[in-house]
Amino acid sequence: MSRKTLLTSKEIEIILHRLACQLIENHNDFSNTVLIGLQPRGTYLANRLAKLLRDEYNIKDLQLGFLDITFYRDDFRRRQEPLEATSTQIDFLIEDKKVVIIDDVLYSGRSVRSALTALQSYGRPDNIELLVLIDRRFSRHLPIQPNYRGRQVDAINEEKVVVCWQETHKEDTIYLEPKPSKLD
Amino acid sequence: MKQLSVEHLLGIKYLNKNDLELIFETAAHFKEVINRPIKKVPSLRDITIANLFFENSTRTKLSFELAEKRLSADVINFSAGQSSVKKGETLIDTVNNILSMKVDIVVMRHSNVGAGIFLSKHVDAKIINAGDGTHEHPTQALLDSFSMREALNSDLKGKKILIVGDVLHSRVALSNIFALQLQGAKVKVCGPTTLIPRYISSLGVEVETNLKKALEWCDVANVLRVQHERMDIKYFPSTREYTQLFGINKEILDNLDKKIVIMHPGPINRGVELTSDVADSNQSIILNQVENGVAVRMAVIYLLAQQIKR
Repeated sequence: MSRKTLLTSKEIEIILHRLACQLIENHNDFSNTVLIGLQPRGTYLANRLAKLLRDEYNIKDLQLGFLDITFYRDDFRRRQEPLEATSTQIDFLIEDKKVVIIDDVLYSGRSVRSALTALQSYGRPDNIELLVLIDRRFSRHLPIQPNYRGRQVDAINEEKVVVCWQETHKEDTIYLEPKPSKLD
Repeated sequence: MKQLSVEHLLGIKYLNKNDLELIFETAAHFKEVINRPIKKVPSLRDITIANLFFENSTRTKLSFELAEKRLSADVINFSAGQSSVKKGETLIDTVNNILSMKVDIVVMRHSNVGAGIFLSKHVDAKIINAGDGTHEHPTQALLDSFSMREALNSDLKGKKILIVGDVLHSRVALSNIFALQLQGAKVKVCGPTTLIPRYISSLGVEVETNLKKALEWCDVANVLRVQHERMDIKYFPSTREYTQLFGINKEILDNLDKKIVIMHPGPINRGVELTSDVADSNQSIILNQVENGVAVRMAVIYLLAQQIKR
């Protein structure tokens, strides 16, 4: 099994525009909505969407934050590798606001569960929606589904969805790769 | 390597530079946590921590207790004065009794040097040294370095740090020296010669007995309390004389050609080592140290707890 391209950069661009339009459809001018990108990898998607909404769709005063969920994870002390924290930047209250959680890939749903607990530390939102670029369809461990999805993918456990961005890999592409074997 | 290289926090001398950077990085995240509307994270909800304080403390005890509760751990407190230690129970017996109640981490302050090291060899829990006699007080040094980095807005490589006061009896001074040198800072001590350890230069630390010269040299002055309770003989003629030669007041500070940062681990003897107008001035980061103390202790406890296997 070798690397397969799921989405090219042109397809990603179209999907980003479509997601932005879907967000505008439900949230209008974003005066009562905040976007929260999940650290570490949801931040690139969140930044791209925010840029699109501000530059191409003229949304003024868009509120964007980044949430680190390391201390809310349910696998603390259950993994071989130690957990590494990243930073949280939420400079606003989410009390009575509509929150859109943004992440790149939705797999087991545990990251989103952690994010829901973490968000409680910032207030009580009016409602919370989930936006993901890739939804791995049948691999959920928890009853969590996205409100906005870029592309739905059927991938087996031995495969990994790798999201490459301009900022990190000099290209916007999404690949499906076999996971490195644990026997070595 | 995103893990501590040690299994217990017994002293700064057992840590390496990567450990320090990891602790500072993690502490910065926890500082953000303790400034949120809800200041708790659930990470340590299945961990039990015992605070064993055989010596008096306000700051350290409260700080550890708060750090543990913010991590959602279960906390039990023990102070020697109200326990069976008064009836003659030994240290190992005390701790083993507590450990039988399934305690994962022990935070201990004891008046005997090396008490934490001794304990780590005989009991089956993670030990954090909250001060052992005149030896080390690692979490204080960590929060001091963290606060210095914050105040100077940079790391401490090449920075000039002065430690003023009763260095001889100070575990804070020794731990600070180790921590600062690991980070590449230059360290000087200043105080009455009777209160400076004789062989301190073998640690690579210079001695300056003139307070004004020492303050002119430094970027940060960490001021220590005179530890009367550890003094078996008289080390100086009177407190007044100590204050005249080594007490820091606003006039001295204003006559320096740059604004230095003033620190103190607490408790302050106002009017002795620092006057009130210095302690409460905007050059003093004493209260920031206390806030950072909770974040740094959360980081240390979190990183050690990470190593506890289920």
